[in-house]
Amino acid sequence: MSEIKVNERDIIIPGEIIATGLDYLPSGNVIREGDNLISTRVGLVNITGRFVKVIPLTGSYIPKRGDLIIGKIADIGLSGWRVDFSGWPYQANLSLKEASSDFIERGADLTKYFNYGDYIVAEIINVLGSKIIDLTVKAPGLRKLGPGRFMQVTSAKVPRVIGKQGSMISMIKEATGCRISVGQNGVVWISGDSPEKELLAVKAIEKIEAESHIQGLTERIKEFLEKNK
Amino acid sequence: MAYTKRFDGRKADEIRPIEAKVGVVKRALGSASFKTGKTWAFAAVQGPKDINRFQQDPEKGVLRCNYNMMAFSGSGERVRPGPSRRSKEISMVTGKALLPVIDLGSFPGAAIDVYIELVQTDAGTRCAGITAAAMALADAGIPMNDLVTSVAVGVIDNKVFVDVNKEEEDYEDGMADIAVAMSVRTKKITLLQLDGFVSREELKKALESAYGACEKIKEVQVKALKDKYKV
Repeated sequence: MSEIKVNERDIIIPGEIIATGLDYLPSGNVIREGDNLISTRVGLVNITGRFVKVIPLTGSYIPKRGDLIIGKIADIGLSGWRVDFSGWPYQANLSLKEASSDFIERGADLTKYFNYGDYIVAEIINVLGSKIIDLTVKAPGLRKLGPGRFMQVTSAKVPRVIGKQGSMISMIKEATGCRISVGQNGVVWISGDSPEKELLAVKAIEKIEAESHIQGLTERIKEFLEKNK
Repeated sequence: MAYTKRFDGRKADEIRPIEAKVGVVKRALGSASFKTGKTWAFAAVQGPKDINRFQQDPEKGVLRCNYNMMAFSGSGERVRPGPSRRSKEISMVTGKALLPVIDLGSFPGAAIDVYIELVQTDAGTRCAGITAAAMALADAGIPMNDLVTSVAVGVIDNKVFVDVNKEEEDYEDGMADIAVAMSVRTKKITLLQLDGFVSREELKKALESAYGACEKIKEVQVKALKDKYKV
C-alpha cells in the first residue's frame, strides 16, 4: 500500500519519511530506503504524478551543466582565463575558443577581452569532477558586466528570485528600471539610473530571499514595489 | 548511601530542559544552538572549501569537525582555549558520529567545516555538540539521511540515569558515563563511548533509555529546523 505521509509544500527535514510504498518514485533530494521515501534536505515537498521531490530551502551552490553563473576573472593564462565564482572553492576555465568568435593570435594580450577583476555572466558547459569546470560566453545574454551593484543571495533561492519564466525578475526590472542579472550561484548584478532605484531592487530581492517559502510571494513583492516606488 | 534520588530532583529517565534554535550564526552556511540544562553548544557549518591536496578525497568531500570549550565555560577552573588532547579527540569522534548519515558526494575534493563552540558546560558537552552540529548540517543543506541525536547516560549504583550533569558525573562513589549518538529513525548507533564499569545488563538498559531520550531530543531538533521557516 502506497501512502503519502505529508502534504504538498510542507516543510520537511532530512530523514523525514515523505511516502511509503513502491508506487512513488524518488526524484531530487529524495532517496529510497526500503519501503520509505526519505528527504535528504530541508525543503518543500513537491509531488508531480508519481515523482516526489524536495525543493531545498538552504544549501551551497553545486555547479551543473547549463547553469548561468556570475563570476570574476581571477587569472589569465596562456590559453584562457580562470574564473572565480562564489559558492564553489575551485576556479572554472574559460578557454580562448569559448571567449570570443574573433581569431586570437598566439601571444595576444588577453586583457583586451577580459581583464583581471572583470565580472562576467557565463554558462557552464562541462563539469568533470570538482576542479574541471568549463565556461562559455558565446551565447546570447552572456557578456562582461559593466559597473553596477553586486549582492549575494542563497543559491537555493535563485529560482524564486527569477520566478516562473522570469516573471519575478522582470517585475522588479519594470518597477525599478534597473538592469539585473542573476547567476545560479546566487550572485545578483544590478545597474540602474539612480542609487535609490538600485536600492529598491536590492530590498525587493532581500524580501524574496527571506519570504520565498511563504505562499503569495509575487503579490507581496508587487505590493512592496508599488508602495516604495 | 545509595544514589536513588537525583541531585537536581529529576526522574531517572528525565532529560534536562532543552532548547534548540537554528540559524543563529548569520555568516555561516548553516548554524544551530542546543542547550540542555546548563550545557550550551553552538555549531556552525562552513564550506565547501578548498583544502590542501593531502587531505583531499577526489571522490567525495571531507568533513572536518572542530570542538572547542570556551575559556570560562565551565564552573571550575578557566579552560585553556585552543586545541588540546581532549578537544582533538572529541573533534574526531564528533566527525565519526556524524559521517554515517551525511552524503558528501556532491563536494569532491572540498571540505565541509563544522565548528562547535561550548559557551557553557555542565557535562554532556560532546553530546550537545553533536546534536547541535546535526541541526547545523541540515540547515547548511548538506544531504543527509537522518539527523544525529546524542545524549549521555550514566550508571550510578547499578541504576541508569539519563542526561547526567556535572554533579552526577563527579559522584563520589564512581559512575559509568556512556555517551551515545544515534540516528533515531534507523535506530543505528553512530557513537558509543564508555568511561567506567558496567555490567552487560546495565549497558543494555542504558542504551534503551538513551534511545528514549534521543527520541525526545529529536522532536526538539525537528521543531527547531521547521520553526526557522514558520510563517
